[in-house]
Amino acid sequence: MYSCSDLKKGLKIMIDGEPHVIVGFDFTKPGKGQALYKCKLRNMINGSLFVRTYRSGENFPPAPLEERDMQYLYQDDTGYVFMDTKTYDQISLSEDTLADDKYFLVDNMEVKILMFDELGIGITLPIFVNLRVTKSEPWVKGDTAAGNNKPATVETGFTLQVPSFVDEGVLIQIDTRTGDYVTRVKE
Amino acid sequence: MTTFNTGLAAKQQRLIQRARILAEIRAFFVEQQFLEVETPQRIPCNAPELYIDPIPSADHSLQTSPELCMKRLLAAGYPRIFQLCHCWRSSERGEKHLPEFTMLEWYRSHSDYNELMLDCEGLIRHLAPTEEIIYQGQRIDVTGGFEHLTLEQAFSRYAPIALQQSIEDDCFEEHYSEHIEPQLGITKPTIIYDFPTSMAALARIKDDDPHHAERFELYIAGVEIANAFSELSDADEQRQRFSAEEQQRRDLGKPATALPGPFLAELAAMPPSAGIALGIDRLIMLLTDANTIDQVVAFCPEDL
Repeated sequence: MYSCSDLKKGLKIMIDGEPHVIVGFDFTKPGKGQALYKCKLRNMINGSLFVRTYRSGENFPPAPLEERDMQYLYQDDTGYVFMDTKTYDQISLSEDTLADDKYFLVDNMEVKILMFDELGIGITLPIFVNLRVTKSEPWVKGDTAAGNNKPATVETGFTLQVPSFVDEGVLIQIDTRTGDYVTRVKE
Repeated sequence: MTTFNTGLAAKQQRLIQRARILAEIRAFFVEQQFLEVETPQRIPCNAPELYIDPIPSADHSLQTSPELCMKRLLAAGYPRIFQLCHCWRSSERGEKHLPEFTMLEWYRSHSDYNELMLDCEGLIRHLAPTEEIIYQGQRIDVTGGFEHLTLEQAFSRYAPIALQQSIEDDCFEEHYSEHIEPQLGITKPTIIYDFPTSMAALARIKDDDPHHAERFELYIAGVEIANAFSELSDADEQRQRFSAEEQQRRDLGKPATALPGPFLAELAAMPPSAGIALGIDRLIMLLTDANTIDQVVAFCPEDL
């Protein structure tokens, strides 16, 4: 159990039966009275944000979360399907849970899935992913406003800025944390 | 391998300002004929307070405030004294709290809290860079007199509940923090005064009102900067209040503390006096437009 003095940004606790992460925290002692612990919390299942104030003496169970090694299989009506590489159990993550990470999934990619019981609530991707450029306009010489960059779309539908020399059909490396172009991949 | 501490390096400008502010504070009090004193920071016991937990140091404690020794100086005939020192309060850490922080306390004998309110006006005016303090986009005028509100008036003006009701419902802190504090000291500094006797263990009760004690807090930009009392000088009553506070601490399962014997023995010799504790780190936050206390000290506990 955590007590109020353990509360800090990043701590994951159970509230009303669901895992929450503390995204903002402050300690106050109004009027030299009881200490108040103000937490901005994010529900890790549905993403909702809210503020709650606690007093000393309250206790918080740690959120029972576990990271499991999984492999990305395919997308179907239930969402994005992954397989546990140890147990071969399959689970599905919704588009909302994945957010922009959905653009960086390639078949058989090895990822870590954050599990709350049997529910997948988050994903950690490899830092770099290779994706093929499917659409990119030729660079307009003299367009100095854009510098030497131009927009490109990759096979998953993700759009990013790439250097002018990157043409359609080229394989490029993308940083999955930022969505930025890293380098052209030699084949 | 060498690590260059860029975070610490980035604090340099504020730490230069901090040193200047501390020098200006000393100049202000010396000019007003206050004597700067130093008292031990490691003491056998602190004044028992229900919601302040000292940090033990072998068979002593680190001071939560220098008040006991400061009042012994008053009782021994030192009329105007001030001290800049470190204080320690267990488990207090937030955007405006450090478990080890810098306190300014000053005391006047043959005086009461009204004179300290004027000291606050003079000190803040002396330290403000111009006629106003600009803090996080708010402009706080320090040229005129400060706003004065009793705690009850502040509740009736800003809270959806009366002060007395909030105490009975055990939600005083929540209302004070959520509805009142953010409104205080916004256009000019605010003094909140006259607290219920239950909230002022070391303060003198008002002559004409047995339910209220002569205590005030100073707010600037919604931030509590200082807490002051007309000091209680009745040794018997002080002993009773300490015992009551100590009993409440024990009821909450907190460690027992001894009563400060020499302080209680000398208190009756103290003339009518007033004293105030001002959080220096927070004052420097306001004067340097810093939004967390971390930015105005070289090292936070997490950096050590």
